[in-house]
Amino acid sequence: MQNHFQFALALPEILLLILTVVVLIFDAFSKSKNRHSTFILSLLSLLIVAVVNAVQWSDGVAGTTFNGMFVVDSLSHFLKIASYITVAITLIYGRQYAEEREMLSHGGEMYTLSLFALLGQMVMISAGSMLTVYLGVELMSFALYALIALRRENVKATEAAMKYFVLGSLASGILLYGLSMIYGATGQLDLARIAHIIATGQVHTLPLVFGVVFIVAGLAFKLGAVPFHMWVPDVYHGAPTAVTLLVAAAPKLAAFALILRLLIEGLHGLALDWQPMLLIMAVLSLAIGNITAIAQTDFKRMLAYSTISHMGFVFLGLLSGVVENNPQATGQAYGSALFYMVIYVLTTLVTFGLILLLSRKGFECENISDLKGLNRRNPVLAGVLLLSMFSLAGIPPLAGFYAKLAVLQALVGAGHVAMAVVAVLFSLVGAFYYLRVVKMAYFDEPEGETAPVAGGVLPHGLMSLNGLALIVLGVLPGGLMALCVHAIQTSLGF
Amino acid sequence: MTSDMASSTFPWLTLSIFVPIVAGLIVLLVGRDDRPGLTRWLSLIGSVLGFLVTLPLYTGFRYDTADMQFVENVPWIETFAVNYHLGIDGISMWFVLLTAFFTIVVVLAGWEVITKRVAQYMASFLILSGLMVGVFCALDGMLFYVFFEATLIPMYLIIGAWGGPNRVYAAFKFFLYTLAGSLLTLIAFIYLWHVAGGSFDIQTWQHMKLGYTPQLLVFLALLAAFAVKVPMWPVHTWLPDAHVEAPTGGSVVLAAIMLKLGAYGFLRFSLPIAPDASHSLAGLMIALSLIAVIYIGLVAIVQDDMKKLVAYSSVAHMGFVTLGFFIFNTAGLEGAIVQMLSHGFVSGAMFLCIGVLYDRLHTRRIDAYGGVINVMPRFVTFFLLFSLANCGLPATSGFVGEFTVIMGAVEHNFWIGLLTATALIWGAAYSLWMFKRVALGDIVNEEVRAMADLGKREFFILGVLAILVLYMGIHPKPFTDVMHVSVQALLQHVSVSKL
Repeated sequence: MQNHFQFALALPEILLLILTVVVLIFDAFSKSKNRHSTFILSLLSLLIVAVVNAVQWSDGVAGTTFNGMFVVDSLSHFLKIASYITVAITLIYGRQYAEEREMLSHGGEMYTLSLFALLGQMVMISAGSMLTVYLGVELMSFALYALIALRRENVKATEAAMKYFVLGSLASGILLYGLSMIYGATGQLDLARIAHIIATGQVHTLPLVFGVVFIVAGLAFKLGAVPFHMWVPDVYHGAPTAVTLLVAAAPKLAAFALILRLLIEGLHGLALDWQPMLLIMAVLSLAIGNITAIAQTDFKRMLAYSTISHMGFVFLGLLSGVVENNPQATGQAYGSALFYMVIYVLTTLVTFGLILLLSRKGFECENISDLKGLNRRNPVLAGVLLLSMFSLAGIPPLAGFYAKLAVLQALVGAGHVAMAVVAVLFSLVGAFYYLRVVKMAYFDEPEGETAPVAGGVLPHGLMSLNGLALIVLGVLPGGLMALCVHAIQTSLGF
Repeated sequence: MTSDMASSTFPWLTLSIFVPIVAGLIVLLVGRDDRPGLTRWLSLIGSVLGFLVTLPLYTGFRYDTADMQFVENVPWIETFAVNYHLGIDGISMWFVLLTAFFTIVVVLAGWEVITKRVAQYMASFLILSGLMVGVFCALDGMLFYVFFEATLIPMYLIIGAWGGPNRVYAAFKFFLYTLAGSLLTLIAFIYLWHVAGGSFDIQTWQHMKLGYTPQLLVFLALLAAFAVKVPMWPVHTWLPDAHVEAPTGGSVVLAAIMLKLGAYGFLRFSLPIAPDASHSLAGLMIALSLIAVIYIGLVAIVQDDMKKLVAYSSVAHMGFVTLGFFIFNTAGLEGAIVQMLSHGFVSGAMFLCIGVLYDRLHTRRIDAYGGVINVMPRFVTFFLLFSLANCGLPATSGFVGEFTVIMGAVEHNFWIGLLTATALIWGAAYSLWMFKRVALGDIVNEEVRAMADLGKREFFILGVLAILVLYMGIHPKPFTDVMHVSVQALLQHVSVSKL
């Protein structure tokens, strides 16, 4: 345990904070109507931070600092870089959408708040102590609450913001309560020391288990797993789509990191207590997410329920890591969950990005039927939609299939064959509504709007690349998968 | 069967898989809907090239070994020990050629018929072709699964985008039925992976010990996928819908190749991996096959839609195939494989014939026709030949397979043989009765009078298929010689208990 203050370890965070403040000040003096320069500056900031972080990673920078409150390891490097890329892509997809809906006419808050939310996520990813955990969660959440309310004259968005704020605060409270129970039982905030103390077996288990229940509930809320999923469809639906993507993509990586830090690094000694909770939530998420998604006519709500079901799969990967005396299998299982999450985020960028690209001034591409005849109007976007839907449905050779395969393999390896069968049966249910989207785009003729879809070169080019990534990672998933397993193994010591 | 001795240095199998896929991608990128001519020629070149690269598999094939040939093995996903492991033996070799051959046929069959989104249509078939070749070549379970499942995507699009009025329903039914079966197979594969100590290698799976209960569960999980794909009664109901709604090319590929993927799965997985379960469940499998042969044969007779009739006859013919697998003798197994090939040619040709009629009158109802012979004598000649082959007339390919399977069945059990043999009666009933109603008699529908006889393109396609059907019927030796050693080795393998 190093007690010195090694600021160099937190260089990406410090740099991002400074750059965000610079962007903020610049924006305050900017007279631009569309905040083009703020947009460029934000992307530039992300690029700089990403490069610095990549250099750190390749130099093998790792360790803890600030009295163990802040952890840097290959897992944190990996997740942070993935988050920068995700946020950058989100901003690029959402620019025109935000501009057309006058979200930028009062100021460039959308960009600065996104960067602050990202900073919160980075703190979450690097959290080594329960204090840092909470700090990161709140920093991210506050920025997101404000982002959702950015279209304040829009009733639906305001309602979504209110809902997210009230329920989010409740979840934060629950999480905080759980953390305080753990602190009360162990007298420690530092996760590594908590793990150590629990391992000695000299702690009362009752307050510990009590705390774990609240922590799991809080985390499940952040990920949107059943029964803490109620906010997901409403917020996804009500928020301006550009913000929906900000809520749906990068924060999932951070929340996942939080689960790894809290449950696995800190509370692995109580795995047998949290494992059944994850199991129940996983099954419920798969069932309710997939079955409810079928009934949706709104594309964003459908994707929200699909998200819920995918979180079920992530939980399945996590819970199959709990096996006795087989560190290799454990590492593989957590690695599979991480891989699933990364692929999920990549696919989510495509799906919500498509909604952003297909919406125009005065027209939201909200209903699934708005996708009718997309193949006629823009074959490239239709192709990308096709790839993303089959990837979500888990059909090879698309990336989503290997994510499912990795999780199923971990499940079967841990002896949960029956759970694996349940999981695939629900993905069969899920395949139906993904197929329906493909049907709209390919089998139906355009309705109402028949003009070809056109747009900027940057978002459309990026979208093609994003779709291509789904198939390239489908044909050659080995590298990313090995990276995920490696990150888990080196960082968590499995 | 264990070693990969007969390896070849040149990657013909990789070429067989990826030439059509790359050709499909090029067509997709280059082909423009306002210039369909270029697209069609590109597709034809791609499919012909795809066929040419499969020819060395036949010329370089060694008849004296049951080992895998033309083997390629490189690591693919190292985290899971998945290998890009390809190879063919006497059982799979002909199917690779058959697939590549039928890709040319469907490209030609859709030449003038498909006018909207030509590039996407052709590309779907080319990519589908490469994927199906991959299924027949894969020696790694996961590789097999990836190809097996990936074929759903192009076929879903083909049925849904270019199909008939009820295409959406048919496409969904096709996709979800098949997916339901294969997801259980995925679990079985993952289970086998664990039992094999982290290996997806099919040959390892074939040779490892497996207890009776695991064998039974694995067999049933595999059955879920393969029975749907074959399709066996009672999970055949997707097939008539898919066939009726699919465009002609889709029906041809579905009948000629895709159904064989399921049957091939039995040979490569179910029988050698779970021999004890196969033996103990053989009674059930034979019963299901007989129901397909007899009951579905009867169902076929009463159809009033030509495509539906041929679809049901496909189910009946595939019943022969599964029957041949589970009587465990040489005649049965070889007959079944010959039947698979023959059914590929004959049913493909039947769907092409129906396509020819449909292109002219835009209906598949039998009672809309009648007296076609008066206006299309050349077409009716081919139609008669294929109808006769469909009911197993001697000197056509249909006879060889059916007769050998019946021989095998009699050898296994006289009564099963007798029931199987009734199929010749049902086959004659539905094929010839349909022929009579469509082709013979006087013209009742005035629109029939305006139908033109075969064009050069149609004549060429049907002519080539007719030659193949007759050649295989008169001289089946080249086909059986290739599979003989592999079939013997498989039977030998299945006869040894793995308990």
